[in-house]
Amino acid sequence: MSPSGAELLRRVKSQIDEVDPSEVAELIDEGVTVVDVREAEEYAAGHLPGAKHVPRSYLETRIEGIVPDRSAHVILYCASGNRSAYGARTLEEDLGYEHVRSMTGGITLWKDRGYEVQVPRTLTAEQRERYSRHMLVPEIGIEGQQRLLDAKVLLLGAGGLGSPTALYLAAAGVGTLGIVDDDVVDLSNLQRQVIHSTDRIGTPKVDSAEESIHAINPDVNVVKYPVRIDASNIVEIIEGYDVIVDGVDNFPTRYLLNDASVRLKIPVVSASILGFDGQLSVFKPYEGPCYRCLFREPPPAELAPSCGANGVLGVLPGTMGLLQATEVVKLIVGIGEPAIGRLLLYDALGATLTEVKVHRDPDCPICSRDPEEIADEELGVFPDYEAFCAAAG
Amino acid sequence: MATIKIPPVLRASVGGEKEVSASGENVGEVLRDLASSHPATQSQLFSAEGELNRYVNVYLNDEDVRVLDGLETAVGAADVLVILPAMAGGSIA
Repeated sequence: MSPSGAELLRRVKSQIDEVDPSEVAELIDEGVTVVDVREAEEYAAGHLPGAKHVPRSYLETRIEGIVPDRSAHVILYCASGNRSAYGARTLEEDLGYEHVRSMTGGITLWKDRGYEVQVPRTLTAEQRERYSRHMLVPEIGIEGQQRLLDAKVLLLGAGGLGSPTALYLAAAGVGTLGIVDDDVVDLSNLQRQVIHSTDRIGTPKVDSAEESIHAINPDVNVVKYPVRIDASNIVEIIEGYDVIVDGVDNFPTRYLLNDASVRLKIPVVSASILGFDGQLSVFKPYEGPCYRCLFREPPPAELAPSCGANGVLGVLPGTMGLLQATEVVKLIVGIGEPAIGRLLLYDALGATLTEVKVHRDPDCPICSRDPEEIADEELGVFPDYEAFCAAAG
Repeated sequence: MATIKIPPVLRASVGGEKEVSASGENVGEVLRDLASSHPATQSQLFSAEGELNRYVNVYLNDEDVRVLDGLETAVGAADVLVILPAMAGGSIA
């Protein structure tokens, strides 16, 4: 005879491990993964601090995105401890998770005991619709989207690299996009700088970029800096940003940016392009190497074809810019393995991606020291600062 | 013969090739073999004192030779050397 619902529940609970809310409260502090298996509306009304959300009906298909390691400790909870009991059995028996427990009494008992409940800030109906495809990715979800909405990203340049980066970050819902560019749109830009358009030739790039950003997502706060970045303004401009996207076209500015970003401990997602080749790396101060660890010195001017106009395949900055945008999203949401300590070399003609390791230099003139020891006058110290590009001709 | 991957700025010095082969027991020998076959690369790779220029990174497979044994690092026939000078071509302009 088939068991009744109550009998089945008793049987399931006898097969799984349960854990009391008091123990969960301690384990949360130790960083255990807690998964709320209730429906979206229930989760939105309040959940355990730091709990991930995977509705029971999606548990089998989405849990691996949250907990890839089968031997990790996982605690499931629901409203009263029943749905999570079924969920725990599924994870253990069907998916092979080794250390799954269901919280006794669910969030109801948790609240009765007086433990903290986190109420997520809610998105508007329009935002829920706009970002719905992010919500469906467990690694991003509502929390990740909220982080994106709160984030401030600075783009150095609204050119080839900055164009796709700005468009996609705007689309992804990054709350504030700062754009530094003192140039105006030129016809020769349009082969690759897709944020601009033919009818905006002659318009300042920051204004043109703002128009395109607002066309795709009017909620983005655009902060425009129609200036050339230099030692006198860099700290003031970059301070307060969470991530900087480096698309600068010359060595002096790249070294200046490196030094200032290390001092302010702001991660920089850096890319460069030439012809059919691109490079990308993430420089996260004090967690990985900085640009001076990678290249202590710039090459002599004749080996640095970066000051004048150089040819580039139009789609290449698109490829590299979107790799940058991807790294930015990862840094903001806190997922995946950003390219810290690694340099990716993309060869468009060969369709190959090569990766080399980048180490922190214990003798690095900048990042081997504490940030407060780096003085203003040391930022961007660069041989032949003024003469560099003149020499390159 | 080890394989050397040539960066864009040095390709003109090796007849436009993206990869060339060179022989030698260690990184220094392989690079000097490259420089003797393609003399235009000599001053780009080495200082007047014969040291590797500080603005050029060389990787044996994926590892920076400076954290290995530098120019003395042993190279096998199946190894790939990557020469990497800094590349600043961004795209503001």
